Amino acid sequence: MPAHDVLIIGAGLAGQRAALAAADAGASVAILSKVHPVRSHSVAAAGGINAALNPEDSWESHAYDTVKGSDYLGDQDAIEIMCRAAPDEILWLEHAGVTFHRSDTGHLGTRAFGGASAARTYYVADITGQAILHVLYEQLMKHHERVDRYEEWFTTTLLQDEDGNCIGCVARDIRTGTLEVFNAKSVILASGGAGQAFKPTTNALICTGDGIAQAYRIGAPLMDMEMIQYHPTTLAENGFLITEGARGEGAHLYNAQGERFMEKYAPNKLELASRDVVSRAEQTEINEGRGFPDGTIALDITRVPRKRTLEALREIVNIGKDFAGVDITREPIHIKPGMHYIMGGVKTDFDGQTPIPGLYAAGEVACVSVHGGNRLGANSLLDTLIFGRRSGEHAAQRARGVAMPKAPTSVLADAQGEIDEILNRGTDPARPGRRVSEIKNELGETMNRYVAVYRDEAGLATAREIVQRLKAEAPSAAIDDKGTVFNQDVLAAIELGYMLDVAESIVMAAQERRESRGAQFRTDFPERNDEDWLHHITVSLNGDGPALGTAPVTITKWQPQARTY
Amino acid sequence: MAEYTLKLRRYDPQSGEAPYYEEYRVDLEPHRSVLEAILMVKNEQDGSVGIRCSCRAAICGSCGVRINGRPGLACHTHLDKAANTGVNSDGTTILVEPMGNMPVIKDLIVDMDAVHWKKIQRVTPWLINKEPVPEREYIVPHENMVDVTQSMACIQCGACVSDCLSMEVDPLFVGPAASAKAYRFVGDPRDAEQFERLKDLAEDPHGIFDCTHCFTCIDACPKGVAPMSQIMRLRRITTNDHHIVDRNNGERHERAFTSLIRGYGLLHEAELLPRSYGGDSWFGKFHPAAGQELLSSLPVVVKGLMRGKMSPKLALLGHRIPSRDLKAVQAIFETVESKDRRYELNLYITGYEDGDEDVGVPAAVAAGDDGMPSAPGPDPHQPTSASESESA
Repeated sequence: MPAHDVLIIGAGLAGQRAALAAADAGASVAILSKVHPVRSHSVAAAGGINAALNPEDSWESHAYDTVKGSDYLGDQDAIEIMCRAAPDEILWLEHAGVTFHRSDTGHLGTRAFGGASAARTYYVADITGQAILHVLYEQLMKHHERVDRYEEWFTTTLLQDEDGNCIGCVARDIRTGTLEVFNAKSVILASGGAGQAFKPTTNALICTGDGIAQAYRIGAPLMDMEMIQYHPTTLAENGFLITEGARGEGAHLYNAQGERFMEKYAPNKLELASRDVVSRAEQTEINEGRGFPDGTIALDITRVPRKRTLEALREIVNIGKDFAGVDITREPIHIKPGMHYIMGGVKTDFDGQTPIPGLYAAGEVACVSVHGGNRLGANSLLDTLIFGRRSGEHAAQRARGVAMPKAPTSVLADAQGEIDEILNRGTDPARPGRRVSEIKNELGETMNRYVAVYRDEAGLATAREIVQRLKAEAPSAAIDDKGTVFNQDVLAAIELGYMLDVAESIVMAAQERRESRGAQFRTDFPERNDEDWLHHITVSLNGDGPALGTAPVTITKWQPQARTY
Repeated sequence: MAEYTLKLRRYDPQSGEAPYYEEYRVDLEPHRSVLEAILMVKNEQDGSVGIRCSCRAAICGSCGVRINGRPGLACHTHLDKAANTGVNSDGTTILVEPMGNMPVIKDLIVDMDAVHWKKIQRVTPWLINKEPVPEREYIVPHENMVDVTQSMACIQCGACVSDCLSMEVDPLFVGPAASAKAYRFVGDPRDAEQFERLKDLAEDPHGIFDCTHCFTCIDACPKGVAPMSQIMRLRRITTNDHHIVDRNNGERHERAFTSLIRGYGLLHEAELLPRSYGGDSWFGKFHPAAGQELLSSLPVVVKGLMRGKMSPKLALLGHRIPSRDLKAVQAIFETVESKDRRYELNLYITGYEDGDEDVGVPAAVAAGDDGMPSAPGPDPHQPTSASESESA
């Protein structure tokens, strides 16, 4: 039975950074992930990472941009911590080996990004997430004696002792089907977002809200769940991401009439306004009939010098060629807003602590909240690293004062019972049950239809009804694979349950917030209403069902103002 | 819509049965990916089909497979292209099998830890910082960072490992992916141990000189990493800049090749062996190691003679080409050697400004004389030949 000071679930940027920090702080560390660490979805982050590192720039400016981007729903104390720590984190990464591209003088180079008042986005071509993720994995290989890696292990449940402390998890070795109890003094969730609850999404198939739901199920409150980011530039057909770096490098958006329509919506920042603003502008153009017949907008990257595109936007040159049949250096590519990121997550303080003792969360799974109503591009990598590191440090420190817990072996039998129940489904021919994929599809399409850029009460109520029906159907969803080696079917059935819990909390929070702020735009309440709604909405499990609550927003330096770009 | 037959290689380790093939029909547009077709099968017909996959966009590296006998990512291969290439190219059937050179766990899932990741770990896959570590960032040329981005673009999918011919013969060969990873540090000016890394990889009999230059990995790589090019660059820095003499005698062997081509315009097979040991000097022919190897290759020589692959005359005198052609060959050497820097292929550096139409050709970054790839020469935008040049 593995036992560690710090157990980290999820091995993307937040998880790996937490592991390295906890190991540096002297803790014994295990990092566990349902995929090999370099397959984590952080790998898809393209454009870059923000930091006010240039002497002319300041953390205050970065923080203000972030606060404004969040539509004043971000907690300013947490934002201050993140923006102050950003420059050192970039230098840490640089020394660890990240191949950041340089300026002509050989110093770290920057590119412009949305919602930012200075060019402060550090980058590696348009594979920044990949480069950082692979370099962190290099560091994990280097420190293999201090960090135990459990690659391709699927967490089924978090464990608590009688006092409510989180003391580890039960996980299934995907290769063998064996269940194992992992004991730990501190547990850090770093398992990412829940984009697969939407269809289409830019998110990978593994982003199924596992950690959000696992924490929620043992009583941790979720926060800002209504805030779902629709990225302005995703491919029409399959939802693939076209990096904001394209606009950062100078690309323009046009409607079908050839108008550079952002002039109307954000006369100063144009294409580089906040993502919620640009996505809404695009959706308005499309809804009002000025989009292309396939419901899209044109992104014109041909303005960017070709050499620069090939050097700095290589990945989207490939995506255009391979997945849309378009040479982006020669013609515009058709895009539309698409589900990309969840600002909400498990509520934490700025050391990553959730209200459940011993349980931490960092990265997209968490809500500190630094993104509030809308995350700025290139702030998510920063979020994962800063709060991953802080969680790792704090969890290691906490572990020093705690005895090694030992979960009762009965938890293993319980977990096996749940898996056996899934394996035995569908044996009664009278009740065949829907396929897992069918329920997942209906969920994704529902969320994308009713809980997207524009929302209203009628649509949200419909979504809630459907989600509740799907929740009732899910427990009988049948699977084909009855084996133990790499049984992906069983995992998909468990993930479906996670996605449904997350979707329900998203819809409820969106219904509750009867105003428009950040990514939440209610056509029935089109104005921001600071008097009634300048607070976070929380969702937590109360008995069998979700219960809504509120949490205050921390405002330090920047009072809410009208938000224009 | 078009109808395709997916023929999947199935293997269930628990069944005790041998692998078998199972066919599924799918209706999908021809430009959809093989992965989409497999997922359609999983979702609608048979959830027990095993394949690793996540991002669907050729960035996570999970879905490496063999499609109609060719390695690649399932998400990155269009159905129409898949159905019309390789071993089963009848336009509708797509054979999907697990990658090669690695043990199969189940269906299309292979054990990458047992092979791929082991080899990655072999090359000390982390930066060894030059001291002192600066307070702020290392100041390094932009071109170097763009240069190593090509190997940084590797997503560790294993497609190159799958079909590496050298690895098939020598399973201990460090292989294309790990070599590309090694270049990511060797080409990184912040790394302190360029020489040690190269010496290690050159002296290992399963190291960089074990590559047979077959181009398969370049063809296999879905990200343009061109692992073999990285191996050749490692070799050039090893030999030309550090003068490391490797145990495989790779450096002298390469020198023998170039000196023979310069001298004769074509390869002189009989001279290759002695020169590989004794260098260009006439006395080199009597190098004991050359004699030993000559002796051990005698059966091959005899076979070659008997089958008419060579004649005693050719073996002794070598091939001759017209002197005009020989001069042309030698002119290439002169042109290349007159450059004060070595030009190297790099995908991320095009060398072309806007307006140039012929941009399909990747151009070059130069490697400095100190062995460290450095900023291109005075005119970095000068279109250069796409061929890799050797500075002998």
